[in-house]
Amino acid sequence: MKLIYEESTPKRRGVIPPKSGIECQTLVPESLRRKEKAPLPEVSELDVVRHYTNLSRLNYSVDTNFYPLGSCTMKYNPKVNEQIARLEGFTSLHPYLSLVPGGPEKVQGALETIYETERKLCEITGMKAVTLQPFAGANGEFTGVMLIAAYHKDRGDVKRRRMLIPDSAHGTNPASAMMAGFEITPIPSDPKGWVDLKALEEALGDDVAGLMLTAPNTVGLFDSNVGKISEMVHKAGGLMYYDGANLNAIMGHARPGDLGFDVVHLNMHKTFSTPHGGGGPGAGAVGVKEQLVPFLPTPRVTKKEDGTFEVGVADSTKSMGHIAPFFGNFCVMLKAYAYMLQLGAEGIREAAGLAVLNANYLKAKLQDTYKFPFADQICMHECVCTSEWQLEKSHVNTLDIAKMLLDRGYHAPTVYFPLIVHEAIMIEPTETESKETLDAFVESMKEIAKITETDPEACHRAPERTPIGRMDEVAAAKNMILKA
Amino acid sequence: MSNYGFVPHGSVDLAEMLKTVGVKSVEDLYAAIPEELRIKKLDLPEGVSEYEVSKRLSALSKRNDSNLVCFMGGGFYDHFIPAAADAIASRGEFTTCYTPYQPEVAQGTLQTMFEYQSGMCRLTGLEVSNASVYDGGSAVFEAAAMSYRVTGRRRFLVDGTINPIYRNMLESYAANMNFEFCEVPGKDGKADKEAIKAALDKTVAAVILQNPSFFGCVDDYTDTAQAAHEAGSLCVMICYPLSLAYLKTPGEMGVDIAVGDAQSLGLPLGFGGPYLGFMVTTLKLARKMPGRICGETHDKDGNRGFVLTLQAREQHIRREKATSNICSNQNLCAITATIYLALMGKEGLYEAAESSAKNAAYALKKLTSVPGVSATFSSPVFNEFALTLPCCAGKVCEKLLEKGFAGGIPLGRFFEGMGKVLLVACTEKRTKAEIDAFAEALKSAIEEVK
Amino acid sequence: MSVPSELYYTKDHEWVKVEDGKATIGITDFAQHELGDITYVELPKPETTLSKGNEVATIESVKAASDVYSPITGTVDEVNESLDASPDVINTDPYGEGWICTLKDIVADDLNTLMNAEQYEAFLKEEK
Repeated sequence: MKLIYEESTPKRRGVIPPKSGIECQTLVPESLRRKEKAPLPEVSELDVVRHYTNLSRLNYSVDTNFYPLGSCTMKYNPKVNEQIARLEGFTSLHPYLSLVPGGPEKVQGALETIYETERKLCEITGMKAVTLQPFAGANGEFTGVMLIAAYHKDRGDVKRRRMLIPDSAHGTNPASAMMAGFEITPIPSDPKGWVDLKALEEALGDDVAGLMLTAPNTVGLFDSNVGKISEMVHKAGGLMYYDGANLNAIMGHARPGDLGFDVVHLNMHKTFSTPHGGGGPGAGAVGVKEQLVPFLPTPRVTKKEDGTFEVGVADSTKSMGHIAPFFGNFCVMLKAYAYMLQLGAEGIREAAGLAVLNANYLKAKLQDTYKFPFADQICMHECVCTSEWQLEKSHVNTLDIAKMLLDRGYHAPTVYFPLIVHEAIMIEPTETESKETLDAFVESMKEIAKITETDPEACHRAPERTPIGRMDEVAAAKNMILKA
Repeated sequence: MSNYGFVPHGSVDLAEMLKTVGVKSVEDLYAAIPEELRIKKLDLPEGVSEYEVSKRLSALSKRNDSNLVCFMGGGFYDHFIPAAADAIASRGEFTTCYTPYQPEVAQGTLQTMFEYQSGMCRLTGLEVSNASVYDGGSAVFEAAAMSYRVTGRRRFLVDGTINPIYRNMLESYAANMNFEFCEVPGKDGKADKEAIKAALDKTVAAVILQNPSFFGCVDDYTDTAQAAHEAGSLCVMICYPLSLAYLKTPGEMGVDIAVGDAQSLGLPLGFGGPYLGFMVTTLKLARKMPGRICGETHDKDGNRGFVLTLQAREQHIRREKATSNICSNQNLCAITATIYLALMGKEGLYEAAESSAKNAAYALKKLTSVPGVSATFSSPVFNEFALTLPCCAGKVCEKLLEKGFAGGIPLGRFFEGMGKVLLVACTEKRTKAEIDAFAEALKSAIEEVK
Repeated sequence: MSVPSELYYTKDHEWVKVEDGKATIGITDFAQHELGDITYVELPKPETTLSKGNEVATIESVKAASDVYSPITGTVDEVNESLDASPDVINTDPYGEGWICTLKDIVADDLNTLMNAEQYEAFLKEEK
């Protein structure tokens, strides 16, 4: 398709902004203005609507396709939540209203929503307090590890410079811990895909600040030693960090707080069904146990005895400061809040259980066709297989299989992650997909496996039925055409 | 079954699936979690129907005052948003997809990203934009971290007139990075260029400026950027994107990194978000910039297409050596901004910026005619200005709220000695009648407080 | 996989050649093959002093970014600026035109800690 800039015609107008009727000079002298008007598109409103509508149709999305992208929890995003996030009573609120005298009285509904969302998340995670400031999962991770740093520093325990991170972790864990000033000690996985306890024992010491753990882990397994691990880390004086990327598997069945974790971040766009938006905006709540509460970011919403809400009067001398200017991606949180209301206690638990069932169902149906490295264990919300059998037999790799799936109307699973599984294919169906969809997907996966044997060339050519073919990524990186 | 239809299995399917998996119940799937660590039930209310949720949230939304006439700014503005911007951006194909890791089925997202980057480059006059970061404040931090990666230096000169919340975020984010932030107090509501020049030396990673300043004042920082370069430092500028349709651009001034929040480009105020952090730099520094970047390329048949590029710098490949831990961005907000820029177009955006500035000029004149009220600074302003009142600005603000005006931001909370200063902003949405009524309200609010 | 006999090698797959008191360094054929199409090389600044094992350059391909560590102690003398325009030379000629930089004031004793061609070839076999 053409770029919007290529559709431009001089002097064509789109939307006309409002006019106040005030005619006077601006206060900006000529010398402080830009020389020429910014060369933005000159197109009509219909040009714009048609252009972006047609562009959108080039995407696969949950609304149009099965999207079993492992680790991303691409569940259905209820439409009512979108409607709620667009209520004028929320969208029109200026955030500074929360910080000026008399302002909180004008935004009681918003403050109550924040407070109630925090309370619900406290119950779901088993934590004492939650902040909604972080903008996304990685930002929540950063907030969480900064809280750990602040805690040790406040106790004068400044030698705790090391953060332990299993080698199966998401790449954001080490990156976030680095930003928070920690040195990273990777902990290997044992053959079951769990944390290697012996290696953990050896890595622990009085310079360890904590351990970051994803549970279920990134190969979709629940490490039954989690209680033991918590105990070991706590005994060494470290704190336990829960990466909530995979909370969707266990919510309502187990709580990170009960498992021994001290800090947890949640990805609202995964577990709590706020749409991913092609890569954001997310929202990343962070929950903490009692001892970390004083360090939480400011401002905070508190409930007064009369049942009204106010902002930021809690003791904040130890607070880590602002992670977001106000309350994070507030309108995203609204969607998560509405989702929790609609599901309720039983629905949340049911959603997790069915997400796990769906993943195990796919695994059961596919394990004769693809190699599952941890076939003997019940998986949680996602299952990881590999293309090793196909690769050995006919030189068809994971990327080829991913592209073959695109041709069959499916978004590809996550590929080449986790790094500890060679040629990984990570499938997360989520609870919102029906048995029919799963069965059809299984049929496609089996058909593809067959084609890898009968016509491996066809696999390398795929995709052939998508809007565009395999892209030359080397040319993109070399030529660096990054704008029009 | 529950009150919602998001889990599709009926009991027949369920039984069959459990059988296939080889377990008796869903509970059996949780055997890996030691039983004593499991819970039977959350202590939360039971679920309610969609209608009930809708009704409850609607009631909550009505407990907010959405009828206030907005003269608040401070980096976030009540601009006009054309209906088509959200209508198109909210299509399921844009909202319910993930990061475009499979470019063949994500050209909608990718091309829009590319157009977003193009738009931001055209607005800022710089060469390479990333596909957005979280918000303005985190963008300022990312610019500081990037300046460190480029120069190897850890000291920053921070203009005293940048957004005070961003200043706080800079400190919070960099708390364990061994960075040193030296504040250079502002002069007449904007950066003190002479003081910055005098403070520049070979230890400075970057000068961090804001134009217009937090107080709304504008200036030309060409010579500051040049002085920074002479010291081997970078010049970072926090910008207000809509104002760039009118003001001299960071590109024209020789700035190295322009950052800020692009809420002004079609995003509602929304009580703080989601907004849109942007980051634009020169070609020379492109590889040091964090975040996703979309690049043009072609498929095997030569058709033009777009992919995420320069990904080797990102956390999923570099892990602890990544340029940043950023994983997601604010993609959907960037899509909205892209559509907004196209709808407004070259003339429309200029008009919106110019009208905002004209309304502010009128408002400044009108409001300073209220007895006891004067302009705090004499520097030229764009669409926002500081007023010194004859009494406590916080109390006046409270009175104004009672009269239906979000009348500005009292600065006492953020700046020492500014207890009587109110920061007032105008957009193209404000009318002459609203400004006149606001002047009346301000007059009586002051009288009531005194 | 080519392994020229006159060079010394590290376990991180760098090579070094010493002539007239100066060392030239680069990455091996095996390393370039593992990285795939190289798209960018971040070169060191001349006059940077390096200890053996310090990071001297970063090489990016589409799917990886890999650090290059100095095989020996020395000071960066010349850098191969032609890699700016055509980084892919490392793919086509890793031991020749694809050199990364030269070092002066080197600690020649460091060579004793490195592998010769024969040892490196054995190491590669072991790695597989």
